[in-house]
Amino acid sequence: MATTITRTRRRGRQTISFELTPAVVAAAAVVGPKEGQGPLGDYFDVVKEDDLLGEKSWERAEARMLTEACRLALRKAGHSLKDVDYLVAGDLLNQITSSSFVARELKLPFLGIFGACSTFAEGMAVGSMMIDGGYATSLLVGVSSHHCTAERQFRFPTEFGNQPPPSAQWTVTGAGAVLMAAQGDGPAITMATIGRVTDPGLKDPLNLGAAMAPAAADTILRHFEDTGRTPEDYDLIVTGDLADVGKQITADLLERKGLDVAGRLFDCGSAIYEPSQGVESGASGCGCSAAVFSGYLMQGMLGGRYRRLLLVCTGALFSPTSYQQGESIPGIAHAVALETQDAPG
Amino acid sequence: MVPADRETQDLIRRRTPPRPILLNTVRAFLVGGAICTIGQFFLGFFRGRGLPLTEASAVTAATMIFLGAVLTGLGVYDRIGRRGGMGAFLPITGFANAIVAPAMEFKREGFVLGVGARMFTVAGPVIVYAVLVSVLVGAFLWLLGAIG
Repeated sequence: MATTITRTRRRGRQTISFELTPAVVAAAAVVGPKEGQGPLGDYFDVVKEDDLLGEKSWERAEARMLTEACRLALRKAGHSLKDVDYLVAGDLLNQITSSSFVARELKLPFLGIFGACSTFAEGMAVGSMMIDGGYATSLLVGVSSHHCTAERQFRFPTEFGNQPPPSAQWTVTGAGAVLMAAQGDGPAITMATIGRVTDPGLKDPLNLGAAMAPAAADTILRHFEDTGRTPEDYDLIVTGDLADVGKQITADLLERKGLDVAGRLFDCGSAIYEPSQGVESGASGCGCSAAVFSGYLMQGMLGGRYRRLLLVCTGALFSPTSYQQGESIPGIAHAVALETQDAPG
Repeated sequence: MVPADRETQDLIRRRTPPRPILLNTVRAFLVGGAICTIGQFFLGFFRGRGLPLTEASAVTAATMIFLGAVLTGLGVYDRIGRRGGMGAFLPITGFANAIVAPAMEFKREGFVLGVGARMFTVAGPVIVYAVLVSVLVGAFLWLLGAIG
């Protein structure tokens, strides 16, 4: 006999409202040299001097950045690995090996997730469900990307001299990790909106911002429709890695639907580099939103500059095989709402 | 999957900046021209040292390949390529870059499955179709000769 669910945390079609709102107790960001030279360089916990970190491969360097970010988040909170119930992690590489290798080293129960560059918000949403459901009291969410591992997997060898179009994006070398707990100080995750896969039919892997923009707009609209909130309820609506081209398209799409986000839209991919750093439209990679949140935005929340953020991480769901076979590039976006204790009710 | 409507697709098309073809052409001309000028300098140098034209050309090509490979190894050629586009790819230095870059990149996967198997990932298609076209052109010329 079917049981009727009487109590639900669901709000509207795609949003969840948490009862036991998990706190982001600590966050840490470890980035490469180019990210350190960018406008947000001072906000990252660790800036590496070179992309290889003295390792024998880019892949090893990426895994090490993520390991360091996880350990640093723990240290900031004064916790140790034995206090942590799970590691929820993901990256962009085939079979998410960076994350698996981090889990091998940390020896934590591990859930590997893939949402391309939306992975960070996906991890925080899944982690919040686990904590709110009573399945965890404390867990780490970690995400990484590396310019060179991504280039060699998705595009060309790193030293090959190709000319990118103005819509191209530069994959961030960086890792971000957050320690979430059922109890503790820090911004609370109050809601999550799980995105749908949206496909505008683009086939150019050098124009990912545009491919992800409809997904970002869809999730943002859905969040406000489900919750009855308005953009004014948030200090910032933060998108993951749309970069300049994708951010503009998202703003246009929202405006067309009558949602005014003027001045509140902040894109991590547009913010992390200076235009003079030769990155065309901006940044991409799941390490982008993870590092910008764990470094810059988290400090902004702790310092009282932001009281409520909607973090919308955006992912392009393609592989070299899929686009070479002429498949279009679908996008996805997941959103989590973060609030400080003194956020207006 | 949520298919995008026509309006969204139009918006994306409008908002995606086109490649700056004119600027890229000027850059390609300058970078490609500079590379060729350097080549011309070496050709003159080798001829001045008494090499006949065919041998001087071969030594010049070898010198330019060497330079392209060294600049790739030093991490400079990818920057030249970012700016120069086809002007950097088309000369023989670009061909050296297209082979040395993957060789360096995939060395970590070993000498057989890495360097050996993937050295021609970029240059391979160029070689295949260049050989094919040369055969076709050769056949065409032979036919012309046979008829005329």
